[in-house]
Parts: sequence; C-alpha cells; structure tokens
Amino acid sequence: MEINTKYAFENRRYVIGGVIVLVILVFIVRLFFLQVVDNDYKAWADSNAFLKKTLYPSRGIMYDRNGKLLVYNQPSYEVMVVMREVQPFDTLDFCQILNISKEQFVKRIADIKNRRLNPGYSSYVPQMFMNHLSAQECGVLQEKLYKFPGFYVQNRTIREYAYPNGAHLLGNLGEVSRGEIKKDAYYVPGDNKGKSGIELSYEKILRGEKGVEILLRDARGRIQGHYEDGKHDVAPVSGKNLKLAIDMDLQALGEKLMRNKRGSIVMIEPKTGEILCLVSSPSYDPALLVGRQRGENHAMLAKNSDNPLLNRAVMGTYPPGSTFKPTQALIFLQEGVITPETRYTCAHGYTYRGGKPACHGHASPLDLSFALATSCNSYFCWGLHDMLDSRKRYPSVQDAFEVWKNYLVSMGYGYKLGVDLPGEKRGFIPNSKYYDKYYRKRWNSSTVISIAIGQGEILATPLQICNLAATIANRGYFITPHVVKEIQDLPLDTLYTRRRYTAVDPVHYEVIAEGMRQAVLGGTCRGAALPDIEVCGKTGTAENPHGKDHSAFMGFAPYRDPEVAICVYVENGGFGAVYGVPIGKLMLEKYLKGEISEENKLLEETMANAVVSPNSLTLPDGEL
Amino acid sequence: MIDWWTVLFYVLLVVAGWFSICGASYEFDNAGLFDPSGRPGMQLVWMGLSVVLIFVILMLESEVYDVFAYLMYAAVILLLVVTIFIAPDIKGSHSWLVLGPIRLQPAEFAKFATALAVAKRMGTYGFKLTTPKNFLSVLALIFLPMLCILLQKETGSALVYLAFFLMLYREGMSGYILLAGVCAVAFFVLSMKFSGVLLGATPLGELIVSCLILLLVIGLVWIERRDKWAVRILSGAVAVAFLGGWAASFFMPVNYAWIAIGVLLASVGYLVFLSIRNWVWHYVLIAAFALGSLAFMYSVDYVFTDILEPHQQVRIRVALGLEDDPTGAGYNVNQSMIAIGSGGLTGKGFLNGTQTKLKYVPEQDTDFIFCTVGEEEGFIGTTLVLLLYGAFILRLIVLAERQTSVFSRVYGYSVASIFFFHLAINIGMVIGLTPVIGIPLPFFSYGGSSLWGFTILLFVFLRLDASRRER
Repeated sequence: MEINTKYAFENRRYVIGGVIVLVILVFIVRLFFLQVVDNDYKAWADSNAFLKKTLYPSRGIMYDRNGKLLVYNQPSYEVMVVMREVQPFDTLDFCQILNISKEQFVKRIADIKNRRLNPGYSSYVPQMFMNHLSAQECGVLQEKLYKFPGFYVQNRTIREYAYPNGAHLLGNLGEVSRGEIKKDAYYVPGDNKGKSGIELSYEKILRGEKGVEILLRDARGRIQGHYEDGKHDVAPVSGKNLKLAIDMDLQALGEKLMRNKRGSIVMIEPKTGEILCLVSSPSYDPALLVGRQRGENHAMLAKNSDNPLLNRAVMGTYPPGSTFKPTQALIFLQEGVITPETRYTCAHGYTYRGGKPACHGHASPLDLSFALATSCNSYFCWGLHDMLDSRKRYPSVQDAFEVWKNYLVSMGYGYKLGVDLPGEKRGFIPNSKYYDKYYRKRWNSSTVISIAIGQGEILATPLQICNLAATIANRGYFITPHVVKEIQDLPLDTLYTRRRYTAVDPVHYEVIAEGMRQAVLGGTCRGAALPDIEVCGKTGTAENPHGKDHSAFMGFAPYRDPEVAICVYVENGGFGAVYGVPIGKLMLEKYLKGEISEENKLLEETMANAVVSPNSLTLPDGEL
Repeated sequence: MIDWWTVLFYVLLVVAGWFSICGASYEFDNAGLFDPSGRPGMQLVWMGLSVVLIFVILMLESEVYDVFAYLMYAAVILLLVVTIFIAPDIKGSHSWLVLGPIRLQPAEFAKFATALAVAKRMGTYGFKLTTPKNFLSVLALIFLPMLCILLQKETGSALVYLAFFLMLYREGMSGYILLAGVCAVAFFVLSMKFSGVLLGATPLGELIVSCLILLLVIGLVWIERRDKWAVRILSGAVAVAFLGGWAASFFMPVNYAWIAIGVLLASVGYLVFLSIRNWVWHYVLIAAFALGSLAFMYSVDYVFTDILEPHQQVRIRVALGLEDDPTGAGYNVNQSMIAIGSGGLTGKGFLNGTQTKLKYVPEQDTDFIFCTVGEEEGFIGTTLVLLLYGAFILRLIVLAERQTSVFSRVYGYSVASIFFFHLAINIGMVIGLTPVIGIPLPFFSYGGSSLWGFTILLFVFLRLDASRRER
C-alpha cells in the first residue's frame, strides 16, 4: 500500500496533542477550584446528606418548698417543614387538617422563606411551620402525613402549671425573638425560652442542653440510618429541676387576700433569705400564657390598665412610709445621735418646723421604743435634725447626708438586692449631690425632713421593705432574698448563702425589735397580734401624689428566734392598720400555724372580698 | 509485538473504573462487591468477557479488519436501522436491543465499524481528501450511522461522530472547517449568553460577536495574504469608526454594535474590491465568512427556539448559567459538582462517599461515574485519572503516527479522537463546563456494551499496530 506523502500535515499532530493537553489542563484547574479552593461544596454535601435532627431536652420542673409539683411539662406537637422536600400537595386538605386558611398557609410559607424575618433559613433544614398542636390535632395530621412530603411532626413539650398562682414569680415561656437568637447561638427560630420570672432567670439551668442526631438522608429524603452508627450523635441533657423556697399554699392565700387590690406581699425566712411567698396583685393564671393562645392573652394582659404583668413585689417602687422609721432609728443609734433613752417632744407634729410633719395624739416626750410603737413622726424628724444639722459631728450637711445614705445602702436600699428574679428595681435613696443640685447647695434637715419618715424622694420595693424586716429579725444581717431553694445537682450561688451585715452594729437592733414588739402589743400594730405568737410589726401609711395613702405593714415573728419576715403593701389602702396589718396577721398565722384559725376566718373573707381601687379593677380571667 | 504501554493504561483505567463502580453502587445493605447480582459483580463479568474478546481480536489476522471493513460497516448500519424500529422505549431512547436477559446498545459497536470503513475509504489508492467527491464520500460514511443514532434519540452518542473531524484535520482537511465549527459554537454561546443585555444603547451580544468577527477577518487577511496594507486599512477603519462613535456619544445615544456591523459590511465591500483587483479568491472567501458569521449571529435565536428541543434548550441555558434550576435540569450537574467538590484534596476514602452512597447524583455509575472518583478519591484521584487518560490518548496518537499505512493511521486517529471526545464531553459535563450530553466515560461507566465497544475499538487498533511492519 502506498504511504501518504503529505508530510505537510504531519505537524498537525502537535496541534491535536496540544488541544488534548490543554483540555486536560483546563479540567485539572477547574477541579482544583472545585475540590480544593472552594469549601462551599463540602457544606452543601453535608446539608444534602446529613439530616441533623435536634433532640430537645426536657425542661427542668419546679417544686415548692414542701415538694409540691408546681410547673411541669406536657407533650405538644409541632409541624416542621423542609422546603426542598416539599412537593405539590393538596393544600386545601392540609389547611383543613390544621384548621388554618389558605391565606394563612401562604403567608406562613412566605414568612419562613423570608430571610429578613427568618435569617437562618435554609431549604435543607427543618423549619417550624406551626407549633403547640394538641395530641388530637396532631393525630389526624400524622395519619395523612404521607400525602405531604417535606412536612414532619416534631414532639415538643409545653409548660403546665399545677396551680393558678405564682404567675409573676414562676414566669412563662415564649418563642425566642430574633434578638435573642442573635445573642445566644443556642436558640433557633421556633425554640421556646423563659420570658419572665424564674423561667427567665434560671433559663440556662432549666433548659438543659439540646442533643443532635445525625441521620443520613438519601436523595429521596429517606433516612438511611445514623451517620457512622451514631458516633457523632449527642444525647440531650435534661434541664435541672428546681426546688423553690415558695410555700404554694401561702402564695395562694396571699393572692386570695390581695384580690381586687393592687400591691404586694413578700415573706422571707430571715435565717436563710428564702422567699416564702411573693404576691403581686393583680395577678393572672399562668396557664393563660401557654400554647397558641399565648400571644392573644399576653396582649390582653399588657393592655390592662392595672398592669397585671408587672411584678410589683420587685418592680414596684413605693414610698416606704413609716416602715422606714426603723432604719432611721438604727442610723441615729449607730452614729450616737440618740440612745435608746433619748426623748424627743411631739405636739401633734414636728414643732421645729411649725408642726409639720403632723403627728397623732400620744404621750410626749417619748423614747425610741415608744416612738416606734406609736410611729411618732416628730421623733424621727428630731433625730434627722440632730444628725444633719449638727456641725459638731460632721463638717457639712453633705458629709452627714452621705453617712446617712451609706447606712441605707448597707441595709439593701437604693440598689438592687440581687434577687433571682428578672427586672428588679433599685428603688431610690437620694445622695447629697442630688439635693445640692436640687436646692443649689442650700439645704438642711428641714429641707429634706420627709425622708425621715420614708416619704419624699425615698422609694423602695416591697422586697426591700421585707428585707428590712428580715434584717431586724436577724438582728443585723440579711441573706440576699431568693426564690430558688435548691438546684438539682448544683450548689446555690454564694450570694444566696452569705450573710450580709449592715453597717449598723447588731446590738442596736434589739431595741428596734423591742419597739416593733411594742407596736403590736400596744401601738399601731395591735391588729397584728396573734395568740401564742409574739408578732413584731411596723405599720406604714405612705402618702403619695397619686391618690389615697398606701397601706403598708412590715413585721416578723416570733419576737425571739424569728421564723418569718413579712411586708404587705396595698396601694391606696389608706392607713397601714386598715389592710396591711390584718393581711399581714393572716399571712403570719397561715405560715406559722399552718392554717387560719376559726376566729380569723371572718377576717380572711373580709380581706379577700375587699375591693381597693382608684379605678375599676377587672381581673383578666373575668373574676371580680 | 503488541504495545504494552497502551495495554497497561487500559488495564489501569478498567480497574480504576471497576473501583469507581463499586463506590457508586455501594449500598448499605450491600450483598458484597463480588456478588454477580450487583453492578460491581456484573462489571467483573463484562471485564472477564472483554479478556476473551481481546484474545479473539488479537488472534485474528490484521488483514481481516481491512478486508471486512465495509462488510462490518454494512452489518452495523443494518443493526442500527433495525434497532430504531424494534428497540423498546427506555427513558425516551430507542437504542437498546433486548435479547432475553442481555441488553445490547449497537451504537457502541458502530464507532469501531465506522472508523474501519472510513479508514478503508481513506486508505484506498489515489484518495485525496481535498477533492470534494472523496471528502463527501467520507462525510457520508460518518453521517450515516450518526443519523441512525439520532433517529434512536441518542443525541449524545450521535454527537460522538463529530470526533472524526479531528482525525480528518490530521489527514489534511482544511483547518477552517474546524475553525468554522469552533466559531459557530463560540458565536452561539456568546450571543445566547448576552442576548438581551444592553450597555447603554448597545446590545452587548451583537457587539461582542461582531467585534470577534472583525478580529477574525483581519487575522485571516494577515494569515492568508500577509497583506500589510489591507490589515492597516481595516484596523484603521475600525479605530476611526469607534472613535467617531465615542465622540458622537457625547451628543446622542450610540449603538456601538451598529458601528461594528457597519465597519464589517464596509470591510466586506473592501475585501471584494481587493479580490477583484488582485484576482485572488481568498478575499472573497474571507468576506463570505464574515457575512456568514453575521447571518449566523442573527439566526441563533431562531436556531435555538425552533430547531432545538425544549429539554435541550433548558440544558444549554443551564450550562450557560442563564437559568438556575437546581431541582430541575440543573439538578444533575449541581449534585455532581457538590459530590466532586465535597471530596476535597484527598477525598473521603473508598466506599465512604456520602453523596454517591445516598444516590444524590443520578446516573452515578454510568454517565456521572466521575463524581465517585471526585468524592471518594479527591483532587488527587481526579487528577491522576485525567493524567492517565491524557497519557493514554497521547500514546494512541504516537502509535497512530508510527503507522506505515494510511488505513492504520486513520483508524488510529479515529480511535484517539473518539476517546478524546468522550473524555472532554463527559468530564466537562460532570464538572459543569459543558451542557449535559449523555455519553459514557470509557472504561469507567458501568455497562457491558460500552466496555466491549471501547475494548474492540482499542484492541483492533493494537492488533493493526502490532503488525504495522507487515503492512
């Protein structure tokens, strides 16, 4: 055969070889970028193949101090959707099962896909479509779920409350907001977290740790088992249970007595700082803020002019009125301004300032114990005058006032006490700079005299007032009040076990306690007297610019070795003896005796049925 | 003496292919790699039978392939035609002959028969590719099986026959035919990609393509005639026109595409004038090329919407990045890129690929087999496979070049071109560079027909090469 002699074309082998080499080089470069440089594909592959199923831990439950179950979990169901697995389905049927309209369905899907509303959106990851389904609602859906590819049912739990009481202190759960997700990566949209009360302040302890199950999912969405036999799975860790210091029976009684009144009752075990009850009125049934009705009910409560969502016991700041007088006595004693025997005169008022503030009729001159018992205004005004206006002790009124203020701060006024509840207010104790600014540095005891009797600028929370009672009961120290008594497997914060001594020597407390005992025996607090129990108390009638005086009572019992301290504060209740004292007495009896005695049953009903209202009071559950 | 290098490459590729098939078809409740009911087991059977085939091919005298070339071609064409009518519909194509448990794809065997026939035709005494009659006869030999396969609705396999043009180029076909083909694809892609994109008053697609045509015209004038003056005048005209347009753009919106087309038409006139003045054909041919390109550019839309089928349109649009449809037409490519990309540098290890194991990539043991290599063996694995292929094809070219007869050389180049075409299109598709055209990756993709087809194609050439000195 003849050999083709067109040698001119022989060089074309290099062109062809070059093209082959070039194409292979282009492929290798492309593969280099695809496999080595670009990391996105790896993540996509993982989200393709791995279905990361979150395993939710059960939230810690709460008991009261007597072991009564207060808050626990109930199963609830959530409909989840994985967008990329959704295939055309009978939307109408789906909507009917879930009892929603087509428009709601369309809107919900649009919201899920909207990255502004749902920044973590991924079509590969299950998204919460609808939550808080009951077992019945879910049962119907479960049966037909095969018709709706991409939709899943996830078991969650919702909170259940054993009692309709303690809403403020127990708190409630709500869906995490976008801000909360941004702050704590633990949460994903659709998660619940504590929004108030103990649920919020102990969120990290109650919630536990989520687990994860890494499942392999094939191209048709079928689960093909655990990735590497579950080697990378993490089991959820249940939340820790809490034992609260609260006595739920006491709490319930407190809420009953405070019905149709605005105000608060706080009771503390002085030796431990444990809060036995923390009533804020008006209150509401905590079950209102659970499940799908939460939003609606929350809006209703938020709109209520009596502000039932406000936890008055720690967020309400009031003039302490006469309950403040023991602090003054303590300061004067410690500073040597007075001795227990010092006597001041009172002529139906503070004569130094022309009879103002006024006082009621009683023997004069009088000593400290009697002044406390009768709640004499003049006595404490004279004391403040002797302290602030005496240039022998302090070079200036400012210096004197700073000393005065620091004592109060050491007693827990003016700053947050550090209770384990969210939103605590610090109240208000002015300092000298405040008055310097206000009175352009020209002021003395007369200018600010009303602070001596817990009026004027002074503001305190019922918790702070109760804490004073506990400090007097302890004769000079307190332990930061706290609601949680025990955390499962964890010690309490040392803040809640450490004694905090005030700047006043414990010896001075004895005379205060005696004065408060006298007040019950023959003074303003006679109504608080209980047979067999030596109750000590101090009334308060706080003037306020918003209307009728507030009625307050502060006390502890028994006189020797006290077991309980109390503060009752009834807004616009008038004299302390009208509401504060009798409610205080009933609460003390309930706690110390276990129940209300026969002779006090009538008083209990009277108090429970009394309506104190500057305006109409309607409880959210319609009960009046 | 048989070329052991090629045999070594062949063995390596087939073995690597078998491991990939193991990875691609591995299931959780797998019965075992050697179980003949599974695909790896079946592939082992095909491989064993291939060895038998190889022995038969090598035992036969090399003259057999020369003598019976046309006969085999005729037989294959007959088989292809019969297949069109009797093949059952499998995923829309009519290319499989079903004989009891065995399924056969005649198109896989048509390649070697066509290559033989073309080689025989081109090896005949006095054959000149440049004479139209001879050229057309070769084209007829190539296009006949291609047409049959198109009728079987196997577009991918039919396109493989375009690989013969690479061989024809080596044998003396004008490079301009290849250039025209490349230009057609380039113009098509560019006009599609930029169609409807406006830059001021200028449609970008038209501007780019017409500028490209202008550049080619000037380049061709230089290459063909070395005519300095003509090049200067043409370049000057382009520069003046665009500067004028730029100056005018201060006063009114200017459509630069019209300027480019205007210059192009003027150039055509000038080239015709040159052709007449110098009395040479070249200028008028270049002018014809320019006009043809222009016409092609304006007919792209028509070709696209009226000639291509909807699923092909979508594939092309997806490949050009004009359409993003990760669940539809783009799904295969998207998933295949995810699988490959997730392999990283060193891969996830044999049988450890999650994407392939969980069947995310469709056709992963046939057309998309390269994904498994990418996912399980990583960049190192893919590069090694590509280098192996490169060495294999270049070795075939070396072998083809050392042939003493045109018949053997043409056949050798045909084999090399076919392998190259398969490699370029298949891998390009898997890594998202070319549209999805369903053709297998030789020796890797699962399937007896494909393995046998390529084995025959290759070993007939090795048989010819072994006896090159006798011929």
